[in-house]
Amino acid sequence: MLAESFSPTHLLAVLPEILLVAVAAIVIIADLAQRQIAKGQVGLAMLEARRRNVGLAAALGFLVVLIVSLLVTLPTVGNGLIFGGMLRHDLMAFIFRVLFLFSGLVVALISMDAPTIGKQGEYYVVLVAAVLGMNLMAASADLIMLYLAVETTSIALYALAGFLREDSKSAESGLKYFLFGAFTSTIMLYGFSLLYGFTGQTNLYAIGEALGSLPSTAVLFALFLILVGLGFKISAVPFHFWAPDVYEGAPTPITAFLSVASKAAGFAVLIRVLMAAFPEQAPIWVQLMAALSAVTMTVGNLIALTQKNIKRLLAYSSIAQAGYILMGLAAFSGEGTAATLFYLGMYTLTNLAAFGAIVMVARISGSDEIADFSGLSRRAPGLALVLLVAFLSLGGIPPLAGFFGKFYLFTATLNQGLVWLAVVGFINALLSLYYYLVVLKVIYLNAPKDEASYPVSRSAAVALWLCVMGVIVVGVLIGPWVNIAVAAASGLF
Amino acid sequence: MSFPILSVITFTPLVAGLLILMLPAERKNEARVAALAAGVFTVLLSLFVYFGFNPAGPRFQFVEGPYQWVPQLGITYHMAIDGFGLPMLLLTALVLFTGVLISWNIDDRPREFMAFFLFLSVGVFGVFAAQDLFLFFFLLEIAVFPKFLMIVIWGSPKTREYGGMKLTLYLFFASVVALLGVLWMYAESPVKTFNMIWLEEAMRAGAFPAQWQIIWFPLIFFGFAVMGAIFPLHSWAPDGHVAAPTAISMMLAGVEMKIGMFAAFRVGITLLPEGAKFWAPIIVIFALINVVYAAYIALIQKDFKYIIGFSSVSHMGLVMMGFATLSPNGFLGAGLQMFSHGVMTALFFSIVGMVYDRAHTRNIPDLGGLVKKMPWAAIAFIIGGFTSMGMPGFSGFVAEIPIYLGLWQGRTLPGAAFQAQPWFFPLTAVISVISIVITAAYILRAVQKVFFGELPAHFEHEVGDVTALDKVAIVVLCAMMIIVGVYPAIMYPQVQAGIAPVLNLFGVN
Repeated sequence: MLAESFSPTHLLAVLPEILLVAVAAIVIIADLAQRQIAKGQVGLAMLEARRRNVGLAAALGFLVVLIVSLLVTLPTVGNGLIFGGMLRHDLMAFIFRVLFLFSGLVVALISMDAPTIGKQGEYYVVLVAAVLGMNLMAASADLIMLYLAVETTSIALYALAGFLREDSKSAESGLKYFLFGAFTSTIMLYGFSLLYGFTGQTNLYAIGEALGSLPSTAVLFALFLILVGLGFKISAVPFHFWAPDVYEGAPTPITAFLSVASKAAGFAVLIRVLMAAFPEQAPIWVQLMAALSAVTMTVGNLIALTQKNIKRLLAYSSIAQAGYILMGLAAFSGEGTAATLFYLGMYTLTNLAAFGAIVMVARISGSDEIADFSGLSRRAPGLALVLLVAFLSLGGIPPLAGFFGKFYLFTATLNQGLVWLAVVGFINALLSLYYYLVVLKVIYLNAPKDEASYPVSRSAAVALWLCVMGVIVVGVLIGPWVNIAVAAASGLF
Repeated sequence: MSFPILSVITFTPLVAGLLILMLPAERKNEARVAALAAGVFTVLLSLFVYFGFNPAGPRFQFVEGPYQWVPQLGITYHMAIDGFGLPMLLLTALVLFTGVLISWNIDDRPREFMAFFLFLSVGVFGVFAAQDLFLFFFLLEIAVFPKFLMIVIWGSPKTREYGGMKLTLYLFFASVVALLGVLWMYAESPVKTFNMIWLEEAMRAGAFPAQWQIIWFPLIFFGFAVMGAIFPLHSWAPDGHVAAPTAISMMLAGVEMKIGMFAAFRVGITLLPEGAKFWAPIIVIFALINVVYAAYIALIQKDFKYIIGFSSVSHMGLVMMGFATLSPNGFLGAGLQMFSHGVMTALFFSIVGMVYDRAHTRNIPDLGGLVKKMPWAAIAFIIGGFTSMGMPGFSGFVAEIPIYLGLWQGRTLPGAAFQAQPWFFPLTAVISVISIVITAAYILRAVQKVFFGELPAHFEHEVGDVTALDKVAIVVLCAMMIIVGVYPAIMYPQVQAGIAPVLNLFGVN
């Protein structure tokens, strides 16, 4: 595939990324300006209120970039490699970009009133940088670009996970994430270098064409090495050990971000690498994905059964969800890929809603223990309803998006004849419903410890409404979203 | 396009439930009235559909659609009712209406109670009219959260957490197994659609080879049959129904269990007749255990509500047995029994609820003489008891006689798992008739111990009569049993119209 080296129209394709850099700059300047103005002139309370605006600036920035992306960068017929093959301007990159920007928007909104992090300009700047890196991850079509994008994202995420310097758990979380991440990233880089060594190419699509004629053991070795790095990103078993500790320790909005955007970015790369660079090896990696999927969802769900902390519970739940999503890759077909994309979209909406509600509860109660959610339905019926919607959607109950997400994945899996994998998936759906219901039971049945209510900040209310409505709308009006996912899957090549 | 009456019936409770949730929490009476209005409205519409249905007309009437929903997968929105689903629609509306009446005095968060109860009935209404398998599961699973939360929040304190979780997980398991069968069938199907009518056409054209049907059928049939409490996966039903608040027991035992059997028939037997032929003798054996074993357990219960819980498992066994005969009488009886049993169980659970609300115990030895305090409930219970025992003049008789007849005349069709001896079906008929004797024993024992005998002294002042609303509810339910029992022609032709197209799959007319 011949890549056009450069033309000014390529800049239009990365306009959202350019704008994100601008947003980062604006946020940092706004933060500094607020500090300057605040010096000696106004009281501390005033300063707090003003610094809240920094979060608003970041959220607005995400919103503007999101709108620009929707208006400008929808790839029409002219799919293709740009910037000399560094990026690929296609519908899949577009979908993921929208997902990441939306996640960034929601995370910024729910961060604004979270303790400590909400009022620090640097926090939002790093968040914007992470989203920038993810956008590039989803679009990368070249090993070098891909690795740069992965590292841009990762370093930003390490910093975010350890952002609460005063809190030893958060510091531990950041360090642990960094150590695991750096280690697996190195292994992945080794895999990249092998691929380059075998083919003399760095472009994924060119590698895909060149690899066909090579001996399979060597190629498979490179594939394994790359899967280690990506397995870490998507928290697939056995590369999942970091997830519960990091999720628990990180500031909750960042946990939300890690569990959706970071995971989705990992899947974006996984899809692209497998489909573009290893199409000839498909019969082998399909088996591998099926095994990985079955193990990941089973382990994730089994350990989730015993969790007492809601962030750890959602960590294991998100491991299990990664297992379901892998089913779509194991069902190697246009339908399977489309099901993966649909599931990632619905999962992003759902998990953001769940974490958003948890942030709102935890900022008052100061606790993430499930027991402290007792009687939430009496103290904050709205938040309880958000958690109800989110958990039922994760459990795959209609009319929420999670139902069709699972239905689509299972259909694709069975259409490819993987009956055993579908059976494992069904058993897991049953297992997971149990622990989701247990949390709902605590929320709706158990007596509250005190009657004080949980005020929800306006920004978070907007974010939660967006997510909940999204979960319902996607779950009922299914057709259009499936159309986009199918088109993106077929536009991969 | 004509007026989409089936969709209106299905989604009226949804709209009403959402409106109720928007009321302020302290407006308790408004919530109740709104729920009652929705109940009355659905009853009226269901009656209109019931009597507007022409048994001599086309198989499916009041058709809406098919409209494309997810064209990529062949998912459509398609509602229509046939003669088999027709009584079920009416039953659901009746149980919704009477359930609201019975629950009038619930004081703990009545707004949420009524809204969730309405949400529960959305899925129940819809499944009887859905002609697309995706739509069917979509509506079926909507009921998961209302039933779980309602049992857990308003159920009887001792067992509600256990019972609610057990019931929800069993039912979810059941639907998941059935869904696996359905998706597998879809994956192998040359026609990529979930529309049942199109799938049936494909099946009649020979799209599903017999050896595949034999694999899919048990997943689909037994999956759904678990929702109808088939042995040995029946224990969720008594535990769950006993733990549930009265209106939910009525809805779950009265209607939800029927969904399982309805779907086992509509999806399993109708779409996979070769599979049905193969598995029929085995189903007969399971159903026989249901009928006799559950009746026997009901006999030795001390808890009033558990008697009813096991009684409904036993009666559902009869429905299953009717299906397994694959004969005109069996299908007819099963169709009638689903309606008759639904009304009867709803009545039983409502009376148990009334007794418990007043006496604060369900333990049979502690009860007695309640006929003096609540004569309406006592008479209604006796009428329900007659229906349960299959006394002539009540709906139970017109439903059970065809089942026993069908069983007696039963034969194994070619392609069955095993070729039964000539004595097999008559013997099962004889054994299952024993259940009538056991039923009579536990019903009469309950009547005698609870309503007659000595009234415990402390009940003299504590226990009062049932309310006027309760009386309306039990009169409506009793009337149904008597009307169908005395004038079965009000339901026979409809059910006949519904089963005829299925019967000709088995070469019977």
